Amino acid sequence: MRKGSEEIMLMKGNEAIAHAAIRCGCDGYFGYPITPQSEVMETLMELEPWNTTGMVVLQAESEVASINMVYGAAGCGKKVMTSSSSPGVSLMQEGISYMAGAELPGVIVNVMRGGPGLGTIQPSQADYFQAVKGGGHGDYKMPTLAPASVQEMADLTVLAFDLAFKYLTPTMLLADGIIGQMMEKVVLPPYQPRLTEDEIRAKYPWATLGKPHGKKPNHITSLELLSEDMENLNKRLQARYRTLEKEEVRFEEIACEDADYVFVAFGISARVCQKAVEIARSEGIKAGLLRPITLYPFPVEKIKELSNRVKGFTVIELSAGQMVEDVRLAVNGKVPVEFYGRMGGVVPSPNEAFNALKEKLIQ
Amino acid sequence: MAKLIGSIKVDIQKCKGCDLCVIACPLDVIALSKDANSKGYNFAHMINPDACNGCSACAEVCPEASITVYRVRV
Amino acid sequence: MNNMNITDIVNPANLVYKKNSVLNDLPMHYCPGCSHGVVHKLLGDIIEELNIQEQTIGVAPVGCAVFAYKYLDIDWQQAAHGRAPALATAIKRLLPDRYVFTYQGDGDLAAIGTAETLHACNRGENIVIIYINNGIYGMTGGQMAPTTLLGMKSTTSPKGRMYERDGNPLDMPKLLAELDGVCYVTRQAVHTVGAVKKCRRAIKKAFEYSALNKGTSIVEVVSTCNSGWKMTPDFANRWMVENMFSKYPLGDIKDTIQA
Ligand SMILES: Cc1ncc(C[n+]2csc(CCOP(=O)(O)OP(=O)(O)O)c2C)c(N)n1
Repeated sequence: MRKGSEEIMLMKGNEAIAHAAIRCGCDGYFGYPITPQSEVMETLMELEPWNTTGMVVLQAESEVASINMVYGAAGCGKKVMTSSSSPGVSLMQEGISYMAGAELPGVIVNVMRGGPGLGTIQPSQADYFQAVKGGGHGDYKMPTLAPASVQEMADLTVLAFDLAFKYLTPTMLLADGIIGQMMEKVVLPPYQPRLTEDEIRAKYPWATLGKPHGKKPNHITSLELLSEDMENLNKRLQARYRTLEKEEVRFEEIACEDADYVFVAFGISARVCQKAVEIARSEGIKAGLLRPITLYPFPVEKIKELSNRVKGFTVIELSAGQMVEDVRLAVNGKVPVEFYGRMGGVVPSPNEAFNALKEKLIQ
Repeated sequence: MAKLIGSIKVDIQKCKGCDLCVIACPLDVIALSKDANSKGYNFAHMINPDACNGCSACAEVCPEASITVYRVRV
Repeated sequence: MNNMNITDIVNPANLVYKKNSVLNDLPMHYCPGCSHGVVHKLLGDIIEELNIQEQTIGVAPVGCAVFAYKYLDIDWQQAAHGRAPALATAIKRLLPDRYVFTYQGDGDLAAIGTAETLHACNRGENIVIIYINNGIYGMTGGQMAPTTLLGMKSTTSPKGRMYERDGNPLDMPKLLAELDGVCYVTRQAVHTVGAVKKCRRAIKKAFEYSALNKGTSIVEVVSTCNSGWKMTPDFANRWMVENMFSKYPLGDIKDTIQA
């Protein structure tokens, strides 16, 4: 996909998000510091994009303010984002629900840490439910992308914006502390200019940029007092979610063609499982890995298809078991679905993952 | 000496009969009607039109912006 | 002396007061005599007078004014409860040549949105904050607000606000005036013709100041909530004069531009 001539750089996942945002024509970032993702805003402040692309970067007084700044700017048709980690993303849930209801695009990065509560600053994947089941109130869904490398931190930032604007929805990049903190090679996306105001008016006629003479005013709101109108808004949202589920599922398959047993894992867990697949294969067990890249929409059809030809699945997560519920729903009892997880910031080793598969599925 | 004579026009469908114009009028030109508009409000109207000097006090305090004021210098 | 009749007077040539064109013809949902309507009208007057209808973006709150966007024909965003200043911050930062204002109640600005208000003001966002202080939570049926006076009854302080239990009424403009980011703070009312005219001038000044990039401008309007207070509109006005103005005295609190 990438041309060999493009410059290869070494950086942290969090830094890659910042670089990618500037390059893809992001208009604004609003955030509040929290480990393990503070490098996103720090990198932006170092890069001073307001001097180059004109991007606005602002440290808000809280995550509540950050997400509402994202709402305000998104309402003007601007390409804007925020980033945080678990406790901060909890604070953003009201704003995310309002954005979903007002049909506003925007990118929210969650570099997850262990909870509940203040928890730990160590990596976790325990915010899966919050992200894909609607962490805020009301019937909404949020496209959720799970990067598993520094390269994907950059690439999926760009994709998250594309999906956000295509489907007029808040969109989440759900990473974990390791992917955020680790350094890897990355080829940054090409520069895209920010949209001009005329372009925004043409592409997003709903944007509140000031009412042109003779035109009706624009209103950004999630309020509909009449039940029928509110139901119609919900129907519109649901129709959009169905399209998303049909068109936007993304995943990676590793060694699944001949696999008897398949790991399902995302983010850092998928990297662990990739090694576990190698260990299994070296011991003569035909293992494979399915790595969902979109957690919502979830690769339901792919898992259904696999469940017709494999003997079982092992789901590995940095949680007490959240995504496993969606795998079980997709498999629908056809073959066993086992789970192994570590919590509180502990990351399982490839051997642990392999042993989980062997002990729970094979013996 | 020049004299100011005025008149008001009330959008009776918008009027909610809050009475604030009646109180604001320094010349007791306005009162609430015994009739009600389609929403059931007793709307404001001029009971003493000859006294109106078009000062606009009623219109200034009207929360519904339902009063228009005219004034002539004679 | 004159033999003019009404039809001679009611003639476009003699027009001295008419509704501005920014306020549209939709009947407002407010209770009879509600101060919100007057303030909406004044906003329309100023937007028309300054000829900034195409450059103005309003942010509506959660509260009785949640539907403000239906009545003034400008672009609007409707914010979550208390968050209007955060929205306005981002809008103004990304569209610095626009006029951006929030329209908030006392529950919205002085309780749930205190942090957003204070920090927008502390950053000196070049926005206008219109703040309706009616001493009560109007929309939800008359509960106690941070601004409720001591002894004042509400549905959640049925025997009156008590300092020991509920703390003191909060004077946000006084507090915000302390911030260097704030260039203009004024307290107005709309209960008389004189007050309405003064309030109109204050709102105009706030909009003009917001274009100077000298910081935040705040116009508090001490208002009645006659339904919530369970009074007639006229009695509510008199009650406000007698009781609210001693705690919330009218006039400019800060003006760094004129000073
Ligand atoms: C997060 C949240 N909490 C509570 C409410 C309920 N609520 C709606 S309006 C309101 C009070 C509004 O009072 P105020 O800001 O004083 O405005 P007023 O209605 O008096 O004009 C409350 C508590 C809400 N909508 N959202």
